[in-house]
Amino acid sequence: MKQENNKAHKFGMVIDLDKCTGCGSCMVSCMSENNVPFREDESNKKDSITWMRVYKLTNGKSFPDTEVAYLPRPCQHCGGKGDHGHSPCVSVCPATATDYNHDTGIVSQIYTRCFGCRYCMGACPYHARYFNWWDPKWPAGMENYLSPNVSVRMRGVVEKCSLCYHRYQAAKDTAYYEGREDIEENEYQTACATACPAGAIVFGDLNNPAHQVHQIVKPDPHPDSRNRDIVGKSRNPKVFRLLERLGTNPKIYYLSEREWVRKAGDNYLDGEWDEIKNHHGS
Amino acid sequence: MDSALIPEGAKRCSFPKFAIGIAVVGAVLLWGVFAIGLIWWKGLNQTNMNDYYGFALWIWADLAVIAVGGGAFFTGLLRYIFNIDELKNIINFAVIIGFICYSSALLILGIDVGQPLRSWFIFWHANVHSMLTEVAFCLSCYFAVLTIEFIPNILENRQVNKVPFFHHLAHNMHGVMAVFAATGAFLSFFHQGSLGGVAGVMFARPFAVREGLLIWPWTFFLFTWSAAAFGPCFTLLVTKITETVTGKKLVNDNVVHLLAKISGWMITTYIIAKIIDTIYWATVTVPSLGFKLSHFYTNNSFYGYWILITEIVLCGVVPGAILITKSTRENPTLRLIAIVLGVIGVCLNRWVMVLQVMAIPVMSFDTWALYFPSWQEIATTVLPVAYGIILISLTYRYLPVFPQEKELNTVKQITETE
Repeated sequence: MKQENNKAHKFGMVIDLDKCTGCGSCMVSCMSENNVPFREDESNKKDSITWMRVYKLTNGKSFPDTEVAYLPRPCQHCGGKGDHGHSPCVSVCPATATDYNHDTGIVSQIYTRCFGCRYCMGACPYHARYFNWWDPKWPAGMENYLSPNVSVRMRGVVEKCSLCYHRYQAAKDTAYYEGREDIEENEYQTACATACPAGAIVFGDLNNPAHQVHQIVKPDPHPDSRNRDIVGKSRNPKVFRLLERLGTNPKIYYLSEREWVRKAGDNYLDGEWDEIKNHHGS
Repeated sequence: MDSALIPEGAKRCSFPKFAIGIAVVGAVLLWGVFAIGLIWWKGLNQTNMNDYYGFALWIWADLAVIAVGGGAFFTGLLRYIFNIDELKNIINFAVIIGFICYSSALLILGIDVGQPLRSWFIFWHANVHSMLTEVAFCLSCYFAVLTIEFIPNILENRQVNKVPFFHHLAHNMHGVMAVFAATGAFLSFFHQGSLGGVAGVMFARPFAVREGLLIWPWTFFLFTWSAAAFGPCFTLLVTKITETVTGKKLVNDNVVHLLAKISGWMITTYIIAKIIDTIYWATVTVPSLGFKLSHFYTNNSFYGYWILITEIVLCGVVPGAILITKSTRENPTLRLIAIVLGVIGVCLNRWVMVLQVMAIPVMSFDTWALYFPSWQEIATTVLPVAYGIILISLTYRYLPVFPQEKELNTVKQITETE
């Protein structure tokens, strides 16, 4: 039996921002699962490694009309313009140290090949890529608690969310061992999705209509009529992607009933939002 | 003490005076070397870069020295391919300045990467889609070309030239220099361009992204053009500084006027193209991505419209106008002002295309990020300046860099005697 399934997956997630309480469980579970290094003083957030980072958004109104939303931001695993796999970061890496997997839609990072030029970080508008400014140092005894499935990174290389790719590999191995051709939806779930106490993160295969993520997002397989670079736009009017207009084609979708939250996902000229929100869903 | 090494008939300061000068500049260089040691030993945590500023002072310095070093390839192109004979009187110096700039750029790149020992991966695991790959290949090859162009000048040292083999080698290398000049111009076109492409292809960074021709964004062509335009300004500026320090006329006015005129027309045509590019970007590209021009120049404490106006008008239109007008070009003060403004302008352009790109928030809920370099970054950026001064001092003292030096200063001496 072949271990590889010929049908391409497109793993992604939809995060319900109305359910997210900003508790940070996703961040903690991600760090723990992926051996993300940390330092004693993490007060400078611009050199703090957080594969999953929760942003706090407000509607900009004063009390009592103030509203808050929390937006967890992993690597967006962009498909690039036209969803051809030329993500902003992948296309610029001079040493092919980051790659787009057309079988899964996951943007990988090859730590042993990265030589730390940081061009990918400059190209990523989501700040989802992090540089190891220091060698990782674990508190005494903590080395014993590191995950054996994820390699630790050395100083001088870039790292980022892998959508817990090691979990996918483990699930595939199990399926192969049990004689199955493919994995079930619940067999491959990211650490953040499983840790979220509010159930705000739904993870799965965007190409599989049986998966919950597909049913919520309802991705449009055709290019957007207004901008042919955009593919996979949600047909759910409450679902949006971050900076969709740039043509990055992320596989991380967000869901909110609140219009101001959806509007915060992108940049609009004056009066543009009212026109755009009624077009093709969101 | 070292008079046997000094070109015949040339007057140089005493060796102790020279040695003291070198020692002072050498101290600055050692400061930079110490900072490099710290960075290689302890890592890039010695800098003030962060995950917002992955590209910072060093990448700017890299782009800036390569831009101002563009005088080497462009003057070489004019001298050897377009056969503008007068430029033979400044080509040696242009090559030396280029050599200093490009070797500095390679050194800075060696410090700037997180894993310097893996730098060869850029060649081994090359990603053909990456502009940085193109930069690495063309930059390395062009540095080799510059070295080849520099060698004949070294071989013309009074003592080295006494060896028949070196004498003939230098002579023959001069004979085939047109081939290297053409190769250098070809390589420079691509690496200057691909450095511009580095910013222009970042399609998720609205401040940097440009449309373009086939795979090349407009910044590709603008960078090449600006390097050819402003590079000669830097050559003229360093020549002027060298003349001031040595108290001698080293290059005849007609050569300076000619190079200034060519530079002026290149600057003028470049700045027209740059203005068109900026208007198109501001009125078509940026709004199509949901941004207003004001997004890039307001709501922060440093980057205002002043930087755009300074780069384009004060350091682009003004020097261009001064240098294309005969009366102002031939006025030494105005010419000097123009070339200084030109050099500032191209450096400012590189600053904007690196640091301002990193500073601007793209996500609607993100914030501006400003940055100030650490002393280690500053020391390593000052290092190439010290290195350049030392190399220019050494070459000026021991090599026949300026063919007109003897003639110009003999005339001066005779005039003074009369």
